[in-house]
Amino acid sequence: MLQRTIPLVIVFVMGILTTLQFYIPHPISQEFYRTTIDWMNGISSMAIILAIGSLIKHHWTKVSRGQNVVYSTTTLVSLAFMALIGFIGGIGQHSLFQKLFENVQIPLQATMFSLLAFFMASAAYRAFRAKTFEATLLLLAAFIVMIGMIPLGYYISPGISQFSQWILDVPNMAAKRGIMIGVGLGMISTSLKIILGIERNWLGG
Amino acid sequence: MSHDPWVWISAILSLFIFSFLYRDNPFYKFAEHLLVGVSAGYYLNIYWYNGIYPNIVSHIIKEHNLLYIVPLFLGLLYFAIFIPKFSYFIRWPIAFLLGTASGFAIPAAFQARIMEQAKGTILFSPSSYNSPLAFINAVLIFIGVLTVLSYFFFSKEHKGGLKISSKIGIIFLMIGFGASFGYTVMARVSLLIGRLQFLLGTWLGLIKY
Repeated sequence: MLQRTIPLVIVFVMGILTTLQFYIPHPISQEFYRTTIDWMNGISSMAIILAIGSLIKHHWTKVSRGQNVVYSTTTLVSLAFMALIGFIGGIGQHSLFQKLFENVQIPLQATMFSLLAFFMASAAYRAFRAKTFEATLLLLAAFIVMIGMIPLGYYISPGISQFSQWILDVPNMAAKRGIMIGVGLGMISTSLKIILGIERNWLGG
Repeated sequence: MSHDPWVWISAILSLFIFSFLYRDNPFYKFAEHLLVGVSAGYYLNIYWYNGIYPNIVSHIIKEHNLLYIVPLFLGLLYFAIFIPKFSYFIRWPIAFLLGTASGFAIPAAFQARIMEQAKGTILFSPSSYNSPLAFINAVLIFIGVLTVLSYFFFSKEHKGGLKISSKIGIIFLMIGFGASFGYTVMARVSLLIGRLQFLLGTWLGLIKY
């Protein structure tokens, strides 16, 4: 009962109520929507504590076993420091927390993602082979979009930039729309399966 | 060269990450673990200040709205995972989130992902009636969407007309994937240019922009 029935009842009741409220333009329905959104945001935010707990446990175990002590300590100390700075000094625009975010987290993150430019280029060189007609199309589209975005493409011929934009606006848009409609249908069917209790994998073993 | 200590910190950390281009090394590992720790601390604060406090705690403390004890209780049930005997209680907050998210997703997906996309495909823009090129583009988009959808239709074997249609769909898909790949590579290159501008301009002052 407590293990399976109540969670399934919660899913069913909340799923039906939140679907129906969309079609009922009444103040009670709107109040229900606002309250549910508050609850959702609050409950989902509390999951971060669980995630942080798991991260701390992982690195604490490593430190106590003497594995990668320096690196795991770095993670634990920086986590505690950043968390305390935010809780004590606040997260306002001119706070130390914001300074650390702008000068430590953002540069690290941006540099990490910029590294992907090198790895994508090397992976593409190794993986892409124009062996089939479809693969050739993919390569050509990628090449034209890339060259069309840089000034060199425009200097070679203004038509390249226009053609690149056309690829993005027409065939790319058609493919994205088809995928989006498919994803939408998938979302609806999966949601219905969850609400009606047909899909129960989330209950675990 | 910059005299701002924050710029120096950013620059040195950026170089630590770039050092991975040579090979995995202690400087990169240090920066990587620092990023994980700082990000975790950052999101802990963000979720507290923008999630837990305004959506639950402030309603209980400031407005004395006791109804909000329910989400607080549900949220605390996440920690049941640490008590093996009662670990199944973690299913309750998950059930609440799954139920509400699924319920909200049905009309939202129908409206935004199906209706609006179908409308954009079927209803041509007024400009397409005046320009032959715009009309051809609108027809191409229409054919593209239908053929891509037919490629993802697995309830019937791809033979005859469906085979031809799905083959045309693949062409549109491949061009779409190629364009997305090119776009992503350019976005990453743009980030790289940004970092190099920071290192060579803001930090070392070698370039002016």
